[in-house]
Amino acid sequence: MLDETATATLGPDEVRALVREEVRTALERDRAARRATFIASKGTLDWAYPPLILATTAAASGMETAVFFTFYGLNIIHRDFERKLKIDPVGNPAMPMPVHVPDLLTAMPGMVPMATAMMKRRFAGHNVATIGELLDAARDTGVRLIACQMTMEVFGYDEHEFVEGVEFGGAAAFLSQARRGHVTLFV
Amino acid sequence: MTDHTIPAADSVLDARGQLCPMPVLNAAKAMRDKPPGHVLKLLATDRGSLVDVPAWAADTGNELLEQHEEDGVYVYLLRKGEADA
Repeated sequence: MLDETATATLGPDEVRALVREEVRTALERDRAARRATFIASKGTLDWAYPPLILATTAAASGMETAVFFTFYGLNIIHRDFERKLKIDPVGNPAMPMPVHVPDLLTAMPGMVPMATAMMKRRFAGHNVATIGELLDAARDTGVRLIACQMTMEVFGYDEHEFVEGVEFGGAAAFLSQARRGHVTLFV
Repeated sequence: MTDHTIPAADSVLDARGQLCPMPVLNAAKAMRDKPPGHVLKLLATDRGSLVDVPAWAADTGNELLEQHEEDGVYVYLLRKGEADA
């Protein structure tokens, strides 16, 4: 601890060094700084990335990490994620298109597979990891993948339909993990 | 060995062409089974790695000994810490 008589004789650099050291030891003692919990609620290819990127990086940074997949987010851990995760250009004015496509045309049949293929090509062209690679990395780094039991029931999913290593749980399981960590994000 | 000497790398990880989060994930993987003191040379072209690699090193107790750019490639020398995750 810093006591006044000691700090009175210290220069500003020494005080800064002391404060840095105090912060470092406080962080070390704080176990919550080493826990990260994410909710993945969206089931499109683009939105599958953020929770998986953050979770794998958290785990690679030494954090105990869990991702709860709920509602459409279940798509990400479905065995058939390759086919289920798509891009829909409807109502997405931010989506980069090679040519301008009027809003009404984005709803035409064939636009979803086209946009999905285009996005996959774009990702591959920049050597971005695939969702499959990120799921492998998640398992490899010990990220817990937890499927929301309630939405599974509602959507009619069976436990066997999910990728290897998925656990099952509900809101209380998420909160129990989330309250013990500083990092909690809803995606 | 003095603190000012940059030690030779014990292993090299080529993460050129990879984008976030792969350079960091692969660096973590490359360090995982190594003993403390192991020096990893990481090569990356991802501009984000300029911020991400130092942040990751600081969070995991790996020491960033040296970082520089060489013909458009970012080179990092990382020494595995004692209390690595």
